[in-house]
Amino acid sequence: MKQFKLPDVGEGLTEAEIVRWHVKAGDPVKVNQIIVEIETAKAVVELPCPFEGVVAALMADEGETVDVGRPIISVDDGTGTAPAPASSAAPGPAPERGQALAEDMVPTPPKEERQPVLVGYGVKMGAAKRRPRKSASTPPAGSPAPRSVQPPARQDTGPFTGESAAPSVREGVRENGAAAGAAPASGGRVATLAKPPVRKLAKDLGVDLTTLTGSGPQGSITRDDVQSAAGAVPAPAAVRAVQAGEERIPVKGVRRATAQAMVASVFTAPHVTEFLQVDVTETMDAVGRLRRLPDFAEVKVSPLLLVAKAVLVAARRYPMINSAWDEAAQEIVVKHYVNLGIAAATPRGLLVPNVKDAHAMSLPDLARALGALAETARAGRTQPADMAGGTITITNVGVFGVDAGTPILNPGESAILAFGQVRDMPWVVDGQIVPRRVCTLALSFDHRVVDGELGSLFLRDVGAMLEDPLRMLAWN
Amino acid sequence: MTADAPHGAEAPPELVQLLTPEGERVEHPDYDIDLTPEEIRGLYRDLVLVRRVDLEAVALQRQGELGIWASLLGQEAAQIGSGRALAETDMAFPTYREHGVAWCRGVDPVNLLGLFRGVNHGGWDPAEHNFHLYTIVIGSQTLHAVGYAMGVQRDSAEAATIVYFGDGATSQGDVNESFIWASVFNAPVVFFCQNNQWAISEPLEKQSRIPLYRRASGFGFPGVRVDGNDVFACLAVTRKALADARSGQGPMLIEAFTYRMGAHTTSDDPTRYRVAGELEAWKLKDPIERVRAYMFKNQLADQEFFDAIDAEADDLGRDVRKRCLALPDPEPLAIFDHVYAEPHRLMDEERAQFAAYLEGFEG
Repeated sequence: MKQFKLPDVGEGLTEAEIVRWHVKAGDPVKVNQIIVEIETAKAVVELPCPFEGVVAALMADEGETVDVGRPIISVDDGTGTAPAPASSAAPGPAPERGQALAEDMVPTPPKEERQPVLVGYGVKMGAAKRRPRKSASTPPAGSPAPRSVQPPARQDTGPFTGESAAPSVREGVRENGAAAGAAPASGGRVATLAKPPVRKLAKDLGVDLTTLTGSGPQGSITRDDVQSAAGAVPAPAAVRAVQAGEERIPVKGVRRATAQAMVASVFTAPHVTEFLQVDVTETMDAVGRLRRLPDFAEVKVSPLLLVAKAVLVAARRYPMINSAWDEAAQEIVVKHYVNLGIAAATPRGLLVPNVKDAHAMSLPDLARALGALAETARAGRTQPADMAGGTITITNVGVFGVDAGTPILNPGESAILAFGQVRDMPWVVDGQIVPRRVCTLALSFDHRVVDGELGSLFLRDVGAMLEDPLRMLAWN
Repeated sequence: MTADAPHGAEAPPELVQLLTPEGERVEHPDYDIDLTPEEIRGLYRDLVLVRRVDLEAVALQRQGELGIWASLLGQEAAQIGSGRALAETDMAFPTYREHGVAWCRGVDPVNLLGLFRGVNHGGWDPAEHNFHLYTIVIGSQTLHAVGYAMGVQRDSAEAATIVYFGDGATSQGDVNESFIWASVFNAPVVFFCQNNQWAISEPLEKQSRIPLYRRASGFGFPGVRVDGNDVFACLAVTRKALADARSGQGPMLIEAFTYRMGAHTTSDDPTRYRVAGELEAWKLKDPIERVRAYMFKNQLADQEFFDAIDAEADDLGRDVRKRCLALPDPEPLAIFDHVYAEPHRLMDEERAQFAAYLEGFEG
């Protein structure tokens, strides 16, 4: 029986999401057969199986985010016994280098898993191999050293005690930590792991480190551990029991990315939103006429196309609207090209793919590009590259049957235009109330970059072009 | 978004080609080659085997056994063609992607894997194979190669030096400096540039406003562009360039026009910066398929031959995997062994200190 542990496929990744299994328990597999697709921070990657045999179990579910080094599949290759239960305390043999990630599934306590690291394919666990440091207090050869008990003398050797402690000590700490909040072992004291600043904090706050259970790497005590102990704040217990009538949905994938992007955007860029109601009767008429032109015979012409064109023309008149705030450099990056983002509701969630170099496109090309973008998004095939590098965004909330909203900027951009539904409204034309086709535009902009005047000019011009599409020609 | 052909897919007219993507043999006025059926079968075998080793290495990386791997997929013909053009006494300076050239120089593929597994620094003796260690720094090996070639020149030896680099490296100062030195000293060196169209994510048009081979004329030596997916043409052009170098006619730049069909390395995701249609266009120009088609059409091999090569490739893949997994970790003290060729007092001191430190863990 062999286990395949999630490798770091891209120099420094620490986790990946299981996207899709290609095999299930009971399936025969061959060496290098693609068994699973994973999505890392860098790419969707297919993993080839390192063993030949029969799949015994899939050890991670689709949609689950797995740390590098965790077993994801076990394969029965006819060479061994079933895996030992995780609680087995028997230490496994020191893993040989060649078996790094594909080692035999002889009893392997979880603590011997590889650690995710920033570079390479993970350190092998030193625990089984690192030799204890010789020290003055080492008992004479032959007398068995109590491996999980540290001589008290080590307590006084300075702040680095824990850091340089032999692995047996670390195991001791971890086992202690695994005892779920049990009081520290009374017989024989265990070295506490904590970094010097944390030790100082503990001293300042009068917290005895040895009474704490570390939540950091290798069971080390963190700043938070010390602070919560000092404030007698109870450690957050598992209070995630599902209440009746509630459902808990894990936040991941596009939902998580969206949440992060929105929070980042709202808390970095001061948003201002302005509204403008416009009579788009002429635009709707123009849409109908464009559809009859042979150049547009093969492509979809929608009001969005003319809104997009109006935004492109206006962005050319006011380049600052199409710029980005570079916090690190303390500069405003004015983009003289437009990668026009279109917010799209897709099967995967909200995505904002963009049309690259939209400013340089003819109207039929733009229509084609918008059509292709929508189709790709609907099919759920939008690639990360399609979403990168946007400079300004349009969100068509009108398709949901609403008039307006206060859109949140796509991070890295300075403006986003929401385009509401087009509907018949009473409108005053030449002193007469007549029914006209009207819609509401809402423009949010980053007030660090765009002043109210500029935002207003931009929005006014977009509106003017939609009221009279001929202005697009005049201003282009 | 214009209707241009996919990036790099249009073959330029100046391309030296002896075998079309469809497997048709064509003539060229300056470069021709006469290969026996046995030689052609040998080239085919080389191409298939190095591709298989490469696939195995990518899989090993995906299984966590290699830290990283730079795939040669798509560039087999450029490497086998030029590698098989080398005489035994010629010296080759590779980048980190020349797995096919290493194969031609008799370097065990497992030694290449050792480097990417982090258990050795290359693991082969450059003098034994006349194949320098892989160079990771972009383009610096061109300077080493020109220096080496100038040494050969001063020894009055009849040997050529070939140095490999990519399209991205042509933007490096080192490469341009080496062009100048090679040119003014008439060094017996062949600059073999595999233009695989992408310097990681940077397309060729961001590297040069002119075809790369034409850069040579500015430095004062000839340049030629060869179909890098045509193993016959690469062999013919490189043979001629090496022969010219050996006979004192100075350097030459060969631009092998090819395509990196895989990622830059296993840490890269090319779908983020290039369109799928481009890869599809280049798949039609696959370096192995055209040789296979040519051999079939001209009855140089039967199905049995192709099956046997495929079987041999799979055996090789399995063997490479097995031996890669069995590579031993180096001893900690080995870190001091290859810093200086001769005994060195400071190294000895540091080695002794480190040994004492390690001994501190004993008992």
